[in-house]
Amino acid sequence: MKITEQQVRYVADLANLKLTDTEIARLSRDLDEILTHIETLNELDTSQIEPMAQVLYDAEQTATLREDRERAPIGNDDALANAPLAGAGYYKVPKVIER
Amino acid sequence: MSTSVAGVAALTVEQVRSGLEQRQFSAVELAKSALEFAQAENPKTNAYLHFSPERALAAAERVDRKIAAGEDPGPLAGVPVAIKDVIVTKGLRTTCGSRLLERFIPPYDATAVARLEAAGAVILGKTNCDEFAMGSSNENSAFGPVRNPAALDRVPGGSSGGSAAAVAQGTAVVALGSDTGGSIRQPASFCGVVGVTPTYGRVSRYGLVAFASSLDHIGPLGRSVRDTALVLRTIAGRDECDSTSAFAPVPDYLARLDGNVRGLKIGVPREYFEGLTSESGDLIQKAIALLKNLGCEIRDISLPATKYAVACYYIICTAEASSNLARYDGVRYTTRADGETLSDMYRETRGAGFGAECKRRIMLGTYVLSHGYYDAYYLKAQRVRALIAQDFRDAFQQVDAIVTPVSPFPAFRLGEKLDDPLEMYLSDIYTITGDLAGIPCMSVPCGKTAAGLPVGMQILTRHFDETGMFRLADAFEKAGGFTGSN
Repeated sequence: MKITEQQVRYVADLANLKLTDTEIARLSRDLDEILTHIETLNELDTSQIEPMAQVLYDAEQTATLREDRERAPIGNDDALANAPLAGAGYYKVPKVIER
Repeated sequence: MSTSVAGVAALTVEQVRSGLEQRQFSAVELAKSALEFAQAENPKTNAYLHFSPERALAAAERVDRKIAAGEDPGPLAGVPVAIKDVIVTKGLRTTCGSRLLERFIPPYDATAVARLEAAGAVILGKTNCDEFAMGSSNENSAFGPVRNPAALDRVPGGSSGGSAAAVAQGTAVVALGSDTGGSIRQPASFCGVVGVTPTYGRVSRYGLVAFASSLDHIGPLGRSVRDTALVLRTIAGRDECDSTSAFAPVPDYLARLDGNVRGLKIGVPREYFEGLTSESGDLIQKAIALLKNLGCEIRDISLPATKYAVACYYIICTAEASSNLARYDGVRYTTRADGETLSDMYRETRGAGFGAECKRRIMLGTYVLSHGYYDAYYLKAQRVRALIAQDFRDAFQQVDAIVTPVSPFPAFRLGEKLDDPLEMYLSDIYTITGDLAGIPCMSVPCGKTAAGLPVGMQILTRHFDETGMFRLADAFEKAGGFTGSN
């Protein structure tokens, strides 16, 4: 086993995902199978290979710098239009700090 | 008066243009006919999630006004298009195929959408897809699967299944999709249309809801190579709103669609044919023979890191997805579940909102990035990714283009592969390598199986050589008679 149910619960906690016991059992099985397949990467010696974080191609070194120009932001009302709960120009969430 | 436009299901971009020029129909008449047809046909496939008649008619009216005033209405004037529902549209619901965004109304347009409309295109609606573009069958949509127009009991492929189905069904002339590991090319091959994944950075991702940022692309689907080239020419090019968009000038992809590919060196990577005994494999072999007849020089090549691509891809894409999907926490995006504390609210919202495949990928991505595993998984995968990219660089020293299958098999039956996520992942083997390397790649129809299921051939070229890719695809399409084969 690459991964135990206990580890799956721990990872779900890290990911802020509430999962049912059925989902935990299913995910333990699926992740175990996928992680076993992923182990094939260990056949490769990559100690001398630079990691590739992004697709790169030739461009001027300063190419991604642009002029610093003002641009109107979308504004509070539009930004909050999709909020499940908003008030006084802010997103509202359950109470975090007790007074 | 509703004058219906004849043959609306089979129009090409250029036929729309000449129809407008010769006053056979107005843009408004075409938009009305296209909407009417699309809405009537949609229950068969579920390709569209929602339609945008007001926006479509407003765009069509602008085109008609320009034509009446003697102004240039733009290269895509009046062309009915469909937009995958992971690409945001101002004021028009964008769900990403997810319950979490069921009621999300974006406050701005994606750059690709804005450029299409500026060129005169008419957006008919938003197309169904796997939730947050995660899937190879379109069965992971929260709003029901899409059915393949070529065989209604089969999947259209994914994740851009709705876009591919709409184009194949004739309910859009062209469509936008997105591709992270094959999500444009695989559904294009399953539905018998052309699907293009351009060079990484060629098309701005501003307004594409992020899945795996180092791999995400926007690209076109159409019924002919020419139509997809026209759309790509319109949406490609640097965008200040996406710092990863490329500065390279956009050439006129249509200038060299002359059918002449004599002397072109084409690589056939042996690793892509090992164990490929399906009818799809036979059709690719026939396609290669056809290219040889056109005067191409066929060379056997090797891309040795291919067998590691699936493992590499599913580390990188899930790691990046787990970060990108962290934002759906019940605070900003429409859907919130009740919870006593902030933390409970996050967990309840995400637990209830995400479907099974998204959860699986968030979990795998969180696991590979968690404390103590980063080097063993994410960093290792980035090193393997460098090897895969190097394979292609080496190959392009010897050849001008590479030709491979798109998928090991044609469209499968709904439900057939749902229970085995690893098997579903492994079927992406031929398409994910192009995304990992960031090179342009496309699927072009190469015939049908005995049961009538479409099969696509993949063409890959060097970074920014979309011109060469379109040229080969167009010559092949003309020689094979596959244009508009659906």
